[in-house]
Amino acid sequence: MSDRIVLQANDVARHFDVSRPALQRLLAGEKKRILRAVDGVSFQIVAGETLSLVGESGCGKSTMARLAVGLYAPTQGSITFEGQSMHAALADTSLRRKMNMIFQDPYASLNPRWRVRDIVAEPIKAFKLLSSRKDIEDRVGQLLTQVGLSAHDGEKFPHEFSGGQRQRISIARALSSEPEFLVCDEPTSALDVSVQAQILNLMRDLQERLGLTYLFISHNLAVVRHMSDDLGVMYLGRIVEQGPAEEIFRTPRHPYTRLLLDAIPDISAVGRQRTPVGGEVPSPISPPSGCTFHPRCPLANARCKAERPMETKVDGVAVACHAVEEGRAA
Amino acid sequence: MALLEVNQLCVEFPTRRGVLRALDNISFGIEPGEILGVVGESGAGKSLTGAAIIGLLEPPGRVASGQIIFDGKRIDNLDQEAMRAIRGRHIGAIFQDPLTTLDPLMSVGKQLIETMQTHLKLSDRDAKARAIQWLEEVGIPAASERVFAYPHQFSGGMRQRVVIALALCAEPRLVIADEPTTALDVSIQAQIITLMRRLAADHGTSIMLVTHDMGVIAETCDRVAVMYAGRIAEIGPVGDVVRSPHHPYTEGLMGSIPSLESRVARLRQIDGAMPRLNAIPKGCAFNLRCTKAIARCQDERPELLPAGTTQAACFLVQEGAQ
Repeated sequence: MSDRIVLQANDVARHFDVSRPALQRLLAGEKKRILRAVDGVSFQIVAGETLSLVGESGCGKSTMARLAVGLYAPTQGSITFEGQSMHAALADTSLRRKMNMIFQDPYASLNPRWRVRDIVAEPIKAFKLLSSRKDIEDRVGQLLTQVGLSAHDGEKFPHEFSGGQRQRISIARALSSEPEFLVCDEPTSALDVSVQAQILNLMRDLQERLGLTYLFISHNLAVVRHMSDDLGVMYLGRIVEQGPAEEIFRTPRHPYTRLLLDAIPDISAVGRQRTPVGGEVPSPISPPSGCTFHPRCPLANARCKAERPMETKVDGVAVACHAVEEGRAA
Repeated sequence: MALLEVNQLCVEFPTRRGVLRALDNISFGIEPGEILGVVGESGAGKSLTGAAIIGLLEPPGRVASGQIIFDGKRIDNLDQEAMRAIRGRHIGAIFQDPLTTLDPLMSVGKQLIETMQTHLKLSDRDAKARAIQWLEEVGIPAASERVFAYPHQFSGGMRQRVVIALALCAEPRLVIADEPTTALDVSIQAQIITLMRRLAADHGTSIMLVTHDMGVIAETCDRVAVMYAGRIAEIGPVGDVVRSPHHPYTEGLMGSIPSLESRVARLRQIDGAMPRLNAIPKGCAFNLRCTKAIARCQDERPELLPAGTTQAACFLVQEGAQ
């Protein structure tokens, strides 16, 4: 496997202005309210591999997914795709078609008034990949077969399919522009477990056969473990721990990663007694000072409250935590 | 004696194109203080089972046959008024979305007080004191100051705690919890599960926990019922059902869950999808997706019979056991 880097993010941030209208703000004497959805995230994805971003709601993982396909422009930092800046990549259709996205909700992401063949053919027509009707029809049939549907299903409408089948249609549509890089934003969280297994297996088969590169976004650590080569754990807009997935699952170092792993109910843990960590994810509009995790962290001290931790490398895993750096996290 | 007994319950929805049978001959019981999990994929009928028990089936849905016996008395044939006296007082309910369960225009304390005064004889002062006590018990910090706060002033996890307090404040003997943690993040989910388990133990409350999350079931419940297409496929002690399932559907379901413990090359998958209500096959409802189906599965419906320490509705298990 080559070590070609498909997507690189350098210190990317995306802020949203959620202030009230200017006049109201002036009258009430309020400051601007800035929501820092993503706040200084760096990573790279190697061709043919899967990087997963995992975290609880509000940690900025979906915003990062949108940044990675150019649906948002970063407020700060840069994203490069195949060595080109995202801006240039979006302008160049031969590069633009190499990235695509699979969305969470297969009920909302397919146009209910279109036949499946038109939905799947849309990217082919938009990028002018094929011109004759016959060729497009053949290609759509081939794509549908590839994702485990039949070529005749193209005649039907989305409502005639179950959730899992619809997600297969979404995947066929994403593949129709012959992409190399797919961003999958919670592709299975709306599905039942047995159907989830079908879709995850399909995604891994396709990756092997077509050499796809995935950016996989999920809140489900077990799914992430199944899918990823590399893993980034996000908390309040920042990556707190990132590195090879196997290593992180074997020895989670950051206190938040440990909390997440402990919190997940697992079928192997029948009748487990536990002491859950209290507290909730704070608002990203007014995040805590220093390390944003310190109010919930069992290892926090004065330094954690004051100073934002930088990444330190331990066994190939980058961890942003003072306690780990100082060797306090045993 | 079981606190709740469901005997051969059938729920039907009459439609223009014929009658759809959403629950088909379901029988199970819940002992006092027991937590029974009900698990299955969407459309399996798990929420409907809960709704039937508390008498909240949405028309045109109706109990077509069978019995629901609570504390020795039949409750499936009670009229609206009689059912209202039981619902909330003797059988509480927790629903998935805490925001729609709470009244946004009423403070949480007022909602607790109203609920308690409807069911219990309490003076205003006692009711207020009890409301604060309940908020403390479910882990709301500074409960005495926040008792008259409104739901929008609480976070999602806090709201679900309030909902739990509401369900328990009249001290019911049975609580139907329908996906109580599905809308919450994992770290909050862990807190809520622990809370429910502790409260059930402290107050001797029985819980019927409906969820699609096998992990939650494994950690919380004593026994579990696995539902498929409106029927119970397997029921038994949670450890046995998870570790050594007898029904091929349970087996497939367990295999399809990615594990945190280890990584496998491929997840086990059950091909196809659960049949719609108007297309449930003859015989065993699972026979079209079952890799081990035999001729008998296509014609005859298997009964729920003992299989090891669990009960499974499967001919293979029953024939193998003979």
